[in-house]
Amino acid sequence: MSDKVLIRAEGVRKSFSGKEVLRGIDLEIRKGEVVVIIGPSGSGKSTFLRCLNLLEVPTGGHIFFKDVDITGRRVDIDLHRQKMGMVFQHFNLFPHMDILKNMTIGPVKLLKKSPEEAEKYAMTLLERVGLGDRAHAYPSQLSGGQKQRIAIVRALCMQPEVMLFDEPTSALDPEMVGEVLQVMRDLAKERMTMAVVTHEMGFAREVADRVVFLEEGILMEQNNPEEFFGNPKNERLKSFLGKVL
Amino acid sequence: MGSIQERFYQNFIQDDRWTYLWDGLMVTLEVTLFATLIGILLGFIVAIIRATHDRTGKLKILNALCQVYLTVIRGTPAVVQLLITYFVIFGSVNVSKVLVAVLAFGVNSGAYVAEICRAGIMSIDIGQMEAGRSIGFSYTQTMWYIILPQAFKNVLPALGNEFIVLLKETSISGYIALQDLTKGGDIIRSRTYDAFMPLIGVACVYLALVLGFTKLVSLLERRLNQSER
Repeated sequence: MSDKVLIRAEGVRKSFSGKEVLRGIDLEIRKGEVVVIIGPSGSGKSTFLRCLNLLEVPTGGHIFFKDVDITGRRVDIDLHRQKMGMVFQHFNLFPHMDILKNMTIGPVKLLKKSPEEAEKYAMTLLERVGLGDRAHAYPSQLSGGQKQRIAIVRALCMQPEVMLFDEPTSALDPEMVGEVLQVMRDLAKERMTMAVVTHEMGFAREVADRVVFLEEGILMEQNNPEEFFGNPKNERLKSFLGKVL
Repeated sequence: MGSIQERFYQNFIQDDRWTYLWDGLMVTLEVTLFATLIGILLGFIVAIIRATHDRTGKLKILNALCQVYLTVIRGTPAVVQLLITYFVIFGSVNVSKVLVAVLAFGVNSGAYVAEICRAGIMSIDIGQMEAGRSIGFSYTQTMWYIILPQAFKNVLPALGNEFIVLLKETSISGYIALQDLTKGGDIIRSRTYDAFMPLIGVACVYLALVLGFTKLVSLLERRLNQSER
């Protein structure tokens, strides 16, 4: 992990029709760091993650990506999103394209790679997650765990500088959670910068460099996993950990 | 009234009366085909504007214009629209009746196609748009590469149905004295004083056309679905 800050959130606020779900959140994510965000449902953790690549536009505060304020006007957010991969709870693969097309459409159309080059890179990624033989399958033919692994490598095809994970295992059958977490673990080992919203406490404890606790739209506590789980200070966090561990 | 054979001869063969049906059929197909093209183009544009407004809140003024268009077209009978197009809009200029019919039916159909297409776009899960945008595609690119291909597949049966409705609707072209298929049959009736033969004949031709197109649409549908299984 270097000291270079990749993403900086400053006083991020978000309201949905009058109801404030994020109430001024500050967070820095450094290059190569794995930050896991946890919190009870409705705490705003997913909303916060989605603010980082402006899928939700904050109603207040700023998001800096590589020192550029992407919440500012005159910013081409599409260009910045190319460098921020995102994985969703419900996979969101494109059902009308086969796996290879799912993975290469971004690099070909946006990064102007040749289809051959993009496919070659996509195949190496597919092999790495053990799905090389499914390159020409359609999403409807895959299991949930396979779909999510594809969704991860689809995002990786754009060669992003940070990966955002929005509850990547919440929609999976229990026996498929492991295979997806393994891919994420490997990714962390390669020092990919990651922000992960999850309920997998084991994953947080094992993989995270820093764990962040959100409740009622406020960042209550953040610390390294040992301190976070072993010696929580915030009362809300204590009662939350008491319920989930 | 003579035997069935005699009546058939009298209504369709004598004086080459079948040409009324044939020429009328050509006019009907011509009007339907071009009106469909206009309808799809118009409907497509209106649908995109409306869906974009629904999802993002942008394009307020254009959306309001589209609303007016949809309300007026869907709130008035097609015959009245056809008559207004012919006698009011093109009342003082000499213009081909086929063109008038194509425009009137095209604009009419566009309103229905628009709502079909909008429903198709809205039927695609919002996650698809988010996935597209998160990769770095713009709104327009995501629409084009990801949303519309899926939406098109979903609305194809409804669009096929709209084409069939339009084909039958053009039978009111006689109101502006355009000699389409229905008018052709009616002309024969006025010559032979026999209503049964020409009108049943006309009905049969429409039925055959509709059955043919239904078959065509289901074939196309099956081919599009193949890519997903």
